[in-house]
Amino acid sequence: MEERKYIPFTEEMKKDYTILVPNMLPRHFKLIMQVLKGYGYNMELLENSGPEIVENGLKYVHNDTCYPAILVIGQFLTAIKSGKYDVNKTALVLFQTGGGCRASNYIFLLRKALERAGYGFIPVISFSLTGLEKHPGFKMTVPVIHRVFYAIMYGDLLLSLVNQCKPYELISGESEKLADELTVRLVDDMRQNGVSFKRLKENSRVILSEFSKIQTARVPKVKVGVVGEIYVKYSPLGNNNLEQFLVDEGAEVVVPGLLDFFLYCLIAYLTDAKLYGKGRFYYPVIKFFYDFLVKKQQEIIDIISAESNFKPPTSITHTIELVRDYIGLGAKMGEGWLLPAEMLELNDSGVHNIVCTQPFGCLPNHIFGKGMMKPLKDKNPDMNIVAIDYDPGATKVNQENRIKLMLSNAKVNLEKNTFSYQISSDEKEKSEIKCK
Amino acid sequence: MYNSNNQKAEYSLGIDIGSTTAKVILRHGEEIIFESYERHFSQVREKTAELLSAVREITGENMLCAAISGSAGLGLSEATGIPFVQEVFATGEVVRLKEPDTSCVIELGGEDAKIIFFDGGMDERMNGSCAGGTGAFIDQMATLLNITVDELDELSLNAGRIYPIASRCGVFAKTDIQPLLNQGARKEDVSASIYQAVVNQTIAGLAQGKKIMGKVLFLGGPLYYCKGLGERFKKTLKLTDENAVFPSYGRFAVAYGASLFAEKEAFISTADDLLKKVKTAAEIKGGTERLAPLFENECEYNEFVARHSSATVEHCEISDYSGNAYLGIDCGSTTTKLVLLSEDNKLIYTYYASNQGNPVGIVLEQLLKLYSLCGKKVKIAGSAVTGYGEELIKHAFCVDYGIVETIAHYKAAKFFQPDVDFILDIGGQDIKCFKIKNGAIDSIMLNEACSSGCGSFLETFAKAMGYSIAEFAQKGLMGTAPVNLGSRCTVFMNSAVKQSQKDGATVEDISAGLSISVVKNAIYKVIRATSPDELGENIVVQGGTFYNDAVLRAFERELGHNVIRPSIAGLMGAYGAALFSKKCTHSTLVDDIALQNFVHTAKSAVCQGCTNHCRLTVNSFGDGKKFISGNQCEKGLGIENNARSLPNLYEFKRNYLTSLKSEKGKRGTVGMPLSLGMYELLPLWHGIFTKLGFNVKLSSMSTRRTYEKGQFSIPSDTACYPAKLMHGHIEELIESGVDAVFYPCLTYNMDEKNTDNHYNCPVVAYYSELLKGNTEALEQVEFWYPYLNVDNTRELARGLYRYFSNRLQGITLSEIKAAVNHGAKEYEKYMSAVKQEGRLAVAKARQNGDRIMILAGRPYHIDSEICHGIDRLANSLGFAVVSEDSIFDLAKPFTVRVLNQWTYHARLYRAARYAAENPDTQLVQLVSFGCGVDAITTDEVRSVLENAGKYYTQLKIDEITNLGAVKIRLRSLLGALEEGE
Repeated sequence: MEERKYIPFTEEMKKDYTILVPNMLPRHFKLIMQVLKGYGYNMELLENSGPEIVENGLKYVHNDTCYPAILVIGQFLTAIKSGKYDVNKTALVLFQTGGGCRASNYIFLLRKALERAGYGFIPVISFSLTGLEKHPGFKMTVPVIHRVFYAIMYGDLLLSLVNQCKPYELISGESEKLADELTVRLVDDMRQNGVSFKRLKENSRVILSEFSKIQTARVPKVKVGVVGEIYVKYSPLGNNNLEQFLVDEGAEVVVPGLLDFFLYCLIAYLTDAKLYGKGRFYYPVIKFFYDFLVKKQQEIIDIISAESNFKPPTSITHTIELVRDYIGLGAKMGEGWLLPAEMLELNDSGVHNIVCTQPFGCLPNHIFGKGMMKPLKDKNPDMNIVAIDYDPGATKVNQENRIKLMLSNAKVNLEKNTFSYQISSDEKEKSEIKCK
Repeated sequence: MYNSNNQKAEYSLGIDIGSTTAKVILRHGEEIIFESYERHFSQVREKTAELLSAVREITGENMLCAAISGSAGLGLSEATGIPFVQEVFATGEVVRLKEPDTSCVIELGGEDAKIIFFDGGMDERMNGSCAGGTGAFIDQMATLLNITVDELDELSLNAGRIYPIASRCGVFAKTDIQPLLNQGARKEDVSASIYQAVVNQTIAGLAQGKKIMGKVLFLGGPLYYCKGLGERFKKTLKLTDENAVFPSYGRFAVAYGASLFAEKEAFISTADDLLKKVKTAAEIKGGTERLAPLFENECEYNEFVARHSSATVEHCEISDYSGNAYLGIDCGSTTTKLVLLSEDNKLIYTYYASNQGNPVGIVLEQLLKLYSLCGKKVKIAGSAVTGYGEELIKHAFCVDYGIVETIAHYKAAKFFQPDVDFILDIGGQDIKCFKIKNGAIDSIMLNEACSSGCGSFLETFAKAMGYSIAEFAQKGLMGTAPVNLGSRCTVFMNSAVKQSQKDGATVEDISAGLSISVVKNAIYKVIRATSPDELGENIVVQGGTFYNDAVLRAFERELGHNVIRPSIAGLMGAYGAALFSKKCTHSTLVDDIALQNFVHTAKSAVCQGCTNHCRLTVNSFGDGKKFISGNQCEKGLGIENNARSLPNLYEFKRNYLTSLKSEKGKRGTVGMPLSLGMYELLPLWHGIFTKLGFNVKLSSMSTRRTYEKGQFSIPSDTACYPAKLMHGHIEELIESGVDAVFYPCLTYNMDEKNTDNHYNCPVVAYYSELLKGNTEALEQVEFWYPYLNVDNTRELARGLYRYFSNRLQGITLSEIKAAVNHGAKEYEKYMSAVKQEGRLAVAKARQNGDRIMILAGRPYHIDSEICHGIDRLANSLGFAVVSEDSIFDLAKPFTVRVLNQWTYHARLYRAARYAAENPDTQLVQLVSFGCGVDAITTDEVRSVLENAGKYYTQLKIDEITNLGAVKIRLRSLLGALEEGE
């Protein structure tokens, strides 16, 4: 069988091509892009929005394909057709994890769409840590991967701190502004001082102290966790600005970090080896890498809890323990077991209200999202979960109406809890009021 | 009830603005002193102001507290500052006050359906965005039956039987109901069946695994007005009179709840002040996207009108004509059309009207009229009928020819414009597109059940807003800023319209927006075109929907290309049929004398021909003639089947799998659900467990009953039908008393090489995890669902041993190894039998000169409930049917443009290649609704076939039991093949 043909991104192209990046995780991608810029790539995060994105997506992608594919491809095509870029000097990049979900096909659907639109000559780079495709001009070297992981750790920390401060801040917009400033500083730091775990720890302390300076008024607020399919969970384009909507409704948003997703991918590899005897060759390397990251995650958690009033993330090892009674770790397509695990982790850490986001008709989420609601609720009656479908035809008013229902219940529960909080001891106060 | 200024409210006001109605309730203390329930026809602000004026009459200058609720109330709340309360939450307030011992509330609104459970902590469910409206759905169905909702309710109480009607969404149900009507089912039975569909939808879509029992409160407008609906709920849920409560405030529950909520808020005002707020709020515009108007100026409009008025067909008065005439009848889904042609193809008589749910009556009336007009000098020398009601009308009136509608439309368009490159026909329910190349049909595209409802949708919407369709279309032409409603399934548009109404869009802009949506739907979902050049130079548009100038204009705007709309756009099917009938030499059409004595009765019956027990509708006509419909095979027709039996691999596989025998075993009985992946790997598991000393019990092949049996535990209403059926299989196995149920988790399937990977889809791979969490019955037995590697016998044995070593006493690894080897041989035997049979079938067909059809899907598509007998239907049309897995290996592996990583799907690509390489072989792809993976495979299979100049036919299948639409597709394929020869 012949090799599937694609246009590779050559070293020649690296010199003067602009690489467009879809707007998936704005906070993390800004950091990752800065890292890559340091290696001479000229990257640009797409921030275009508007109805043409969906229209272009629907035009060039099969309409029953999942919403993230329609949006990502629509966003690329809209940008390319806008005239803003020299199409002969432009490349696109898509992030891939592989796996049995149809999402692994996005890159091929993108290439088909480009061909149909008359841009078949534009190279599409597959950005994956496992090197699914070869692009001579875009190599994932060890130092690059190293830095990308640091960028993810920083991204998770910033995301979490912004979420913890934003709803309470006295000067509106201060935490977002600080996070943007820190992003620039962190990237400069990586460029000048390289990366080491020591620097990460030092920088984390700085970040924590800077965020502690933000003036906040700690009134009791409903906490809402956001989980789900990775694109609609993080991308404001995909979820109709869900985070902002929740904040406007007076909630504090809690979004699990991206590192957990990468650890989940590593566990999937390790589990395949255990269950099916597949990929034993790389097992020790992956295992080493996994253990290393878990250790680092724990160290950051320790710093956050010891040196600030912010709430740290939960270690993946604890999250795994929470989900064991519900689903097998061999379930690894899409978000797999991580989805119910994250919901349990949120519940475990006091966030009982959850929005579970998914593209309409998302195959893995039939099992891991909607399919897990009943067992989760049966064993944890406090959990207040709402599943929201996103798709080009779904309207904001319907989505918001359902979220409002969840929030109404959450507020009733909050009032109950606030009452008990008022009569409880200082001990409780410390856990309730996390930040200053 | 005091606010910060220490003002006290005398009254409590609750306002509930739903998708179709506005409700208010005014209380003074406990006492309700005013209530009102009115349709708002999308004039949300005006209607609210009207209701507030009525409130003002009572409250005068007194202070009142108020709150708004309802899906359309959110925008008004935001604009006026009146507090908002979510409607389910409001309902909860009322229940806690009035009926605290309630265990469950079922509330149906215009477009929302909700269930609130009160037992064991409050738990609320609202319908997903797919399960289209309920009240609106009943309205739509009443329109379809051409009766009022009250009449529908009345009729339903006298029903004798219930037809299965798809309960997923309105459009699906419509596809089921339409043929029932066309085939002459009683309206009483159809009415009750519609209610039953609503009931099933509520239970399957909302309860999601939680049983509805105890005291149930029924709320909302539809349940208040439709007594029959309440009856169906009571019967289905087996509720006693005490436990089924229909309270007098049922319609007002949400408004009532809002008034209770208002008392807790510090918002106190006067009726005058509220009125002022609502009136000024009307000027606020929201964020609904707007599009360019259909016409920039008057001049453009005039040019448009002038251009289209030139595309006409010659007419001739019937009174001025003598000689032979040819009759074409198009009995469509919602309308019946008749055309009488002169020898020189002039129109001498036309008829176009709604079939009012009784097409036989309409045609009878028309024929009587025609005979009297024709008198002695005009002779009907030939006749042909097409459309949904084709067979019924053909039998009733002995029409000479019955032709498939695609061919009829093609004939007409070609006659009209010989150089035609592309034909688009939008009817009441169907969209049909043909590409014409070198004077022959090159490809046919038909809409899927999920995007149908085009024409009739516009009509229903016009009615809902209080306009006739003509007025509504005219208004659309005037829209200055049409709303952007997206291009998805029409049911979604209901919600999009709701949103635009919230943002204050005018009827003009909504009408134009809907027309644009219909057009986008056709272009992007059905035609899947990216540029107008793909459609060619000469485009003919037809079908009743194109009488709507707004739709026509929107189509031209979207394409950026002018098109031809014949003045007889709505009659093209009948016109084509009439042209076709000109080849008739001796007409058998019922004459006027026989017509005088024509009688028609319809009766329902259950076929006893086989275990499938099809529900039949028996139409009897005066002279002892009968027409039977609803049958999946020829047996029910009572005629001996003397046709040559054609090969059918589906039948072969079904027989092979269901005849696997198992004896009483020392280790007990293990149940295996004959569903999803079991259809592929059964011989493997059967072999292994039999060898291990188990009696393997298989669940029976699915029927509709299987679905109903398990539907209460389905958590995701948008999953595919094969997955949903799994729940019924599990229930059946447990009822049959098995000791354990086995259905493993299989991330990977067999590796058949030359692919990128060999995954299962997520649903097949992990459905057991979902079953474990949602099917309570599984707690009664052992449920075994190990994660296994089936592709490697050594690993498979290891995996099984790891799992069973502490579950089965005394089991050893060597015992398992032996069992696995046995199972693997059984599997191999099965696969080679299938391949062997496939080759035989192909050879036999070639020998006899029969057409070969690869009915390509997944292994589980052979299930008779999933494929609804499509394999037998294909046989009856003269195709030898082979399955994708029986012949795919005859084609060489090749590289596809997408990631080829699923075992089942990889077979599709190679099967397509085989069809592409063999002129006598056609491929028809079966696609389960909701199969996400097929969004990728279909385009690829299609391109493999079309690159080789073959037709691509796709059949989307779901719960829908009607074969009408499938038949049209397959006959179109046949017609196009014949046309090409």
